[in-house]
Amino acid sequence: MSGGLWKGTRLTYVALLLAGVMSVFPIYWMFVVATRSSDAMGQVPPPITPGGNLPGNLDRLFANADARFITGMINSAIVAGCVTVSVVFFSSLAGFAFAKLRFRGSNALLLVIIATMMVPTQLGVIPLYMLMTDLGWNDRLQAVIVPGLVTGFGVFMMRQYASQAVSNELIEAARVDGCSTFRVFRSVVAPALRPAAAVLGLLTFMTTWNDFLWPYAVLNDPENPTVQLSLRALSNGYYQDMSQVFTGTAIATLPLLVVFIIFGRQIIGGIMEGAVKA
Amino acid sequence: MATSLELRTQPGTPVKHRRPGPPRRPRLSHVDVKYSPYLYIAPFFVLFAVFGAYPLVYTFWVSLHEWDLLAQEHPFVGLANYSALMSDSDFWNSVYNTLGIFVISTVPQLLLALWLANLLNRQLRARTFFRMGVLIPNITSTAAVAIVFGQLFSRDFGLINWALGLVGVGPIDWNASKLGSWIAISTMVDWRWTGYNALIFLAAMQAIPRDLYESASIDGARPARQFWSITVPMLRPTIIFCVIISTIGGLQLFTEPLLFNSGTNSIRGGPLRESQTMTMYMFENAFAPNYNFGYGAAVAWMLFALIVVVAIVNVLIIRRAARSS
Repeated sequence: MSGGLWKGTRLTYVALLLAGVMSVFPIYWMFVVATRSSDAMGQVPPPITPGGNLPGNLDRLFANADARFITGMINSAIVAGCVTVSVVFFSSLAGFAFAKLRFRGSNALLLVIIATMMVPTQLGVIPLYMLMTDLGWNDRLQAVIVPGLVTGFGVFMMRQYASQAVSNELIEAARVDGCSTFRVFRSVVAPALRPAAAVLGLLTFMTTWNDFLWPYAVLNDPENPTVQLSLRALSNGYYQDMSQVFTGTAIATLPLLVVFIIFGRQIIGGIMEGAVKA
Repeated sequence: MATSLELRTQPGTPVKHRRPGPPRRPRLSHVDVKYSPYLYIAPFFVLFAVFGAYPLVYTFWVSLHEWDLLAQEHPFVGLANYSALMSDSDFWNSVYNTLGIFVISTVPQLLLALWLANLLNRQLRARTFFRMGVLIPNITSTAAVAIVFGQLFSRDFGLINWALGLVGVGPIDWNASKLGSWIAISTMVDWRWTGYNALIFLAAMQAIPRDLYESASIDGARPARQFWSITVPMLRPTIIFCVIISTIGGLQLFTEPLLFNSGTNSIRGGPLRESQTMTMYMFENAFAPNYNFGYGAAVAWMLFALIVVVAIVNVLIIRRAARSS
């Protein structure tokens, strides 16, 4: 092999291994501190193996009235769950329409969707906050859920996938059999979209679970945080119990880590595929 | 694009007779085919109109007013908020910080990603393992990253100062200086995003026809030369894409600097605003402690203007660089 695909030399492996260690170490360190007492921070040299303090750290974390960590976890699960289901459903439906149905203005409308992906979210935070105040949604979870129910990214991704993964003949046959377009979507298209829908769902869940800025703006009631706001409350205290803080960050990261270990291959495939076609 | 649905059953065509029984409500089916696509794409447009486009435009309207959250009246003041911004040294400080952090994070990030992608593009054992390795930082939340790195960069007990101490560099107070906090924040950003960009570059590299490399190596071009004269030029669209995406992201930094600074000064980016970004300044003005929506909205529009300008400048630079190489 020559050129861009020349054989991996030993140096390549060393460099990649080093990059891998740099990538993983902060996460590993987070888990180490989560299982130790706060003294671990000051030790020289720093400990790099897990200790036995996890149960105590968990107790303090769950009892911490400032952080409301359990409420935060539950709230984040609700928010990310609702957003994920909705994004996958509406994006698949719209993606199907753009890829397989003919209607006036479809190309222009698709362009509008792509353009919306370029708009910085920060720009609308102030009026969005005012809007939520008018609706009486401040401090309530629907303020975080509703604006995220369908995304331009999702529609575009499902459209790309649907145009190549769903056969026209199959749709045609279903139409001939008298299916309505929605029935075509449900019985023919949706099953074919499943792999892409899974990746979109995973990416959406992660992004929503990890979101900080908008919940920070709109959920001001410390009684009702998302998990990222709980982490903020934990780490912003006057007295910082670092092992407790790291236990919080570790637990908040754990669900995503599990998802990543199980579905990592699909997630990587989704990111790379999206990139080539974008 | 599919033409299939145009070929749908015409009255009297033999196709229809394949179905037993009478045709099911052809009128409705016609309406269905013609108008239901709009129904399917409507959720996006309705949501975007209400929660995306409207806030965007309304931000500009708000920025033309003296808009105190607690006041009953919101008098129109024209461009007064903008002209006040022009002579507001805290605002310019936030612009300076935003650009500084953006440059020292994005440039190494994209170069490193390009290099990593080149490594990952070789024939490797355990390919998936390495790809997952470089992507793993991206699944961690920005808040968690900021908290963990804030500790790694702490003055007294931070691992980074400890490691620097091993090679004889004295403890650095990362929080207390502009450059120190910029470096710490850029490290967080780079750690989280380098692998993601590397995968995007990798995807584009794999789409480059292999015979280009074969003929180049027949001509005697060494790998490094091949990288700069084939890979990089062929990747130009992808590089531009990544530059724009990281420009939009990098100029909007908020969570990392906010959480890197704890206590009452966090929204100010430290006691002397060492690492306050424009988004933080927008928050400081629009929400607690100032509650001046008009002024905050003006900051938001200046941020948007900056993003557009920087994105254009970036694309021009890349175009020129690619042409000259």
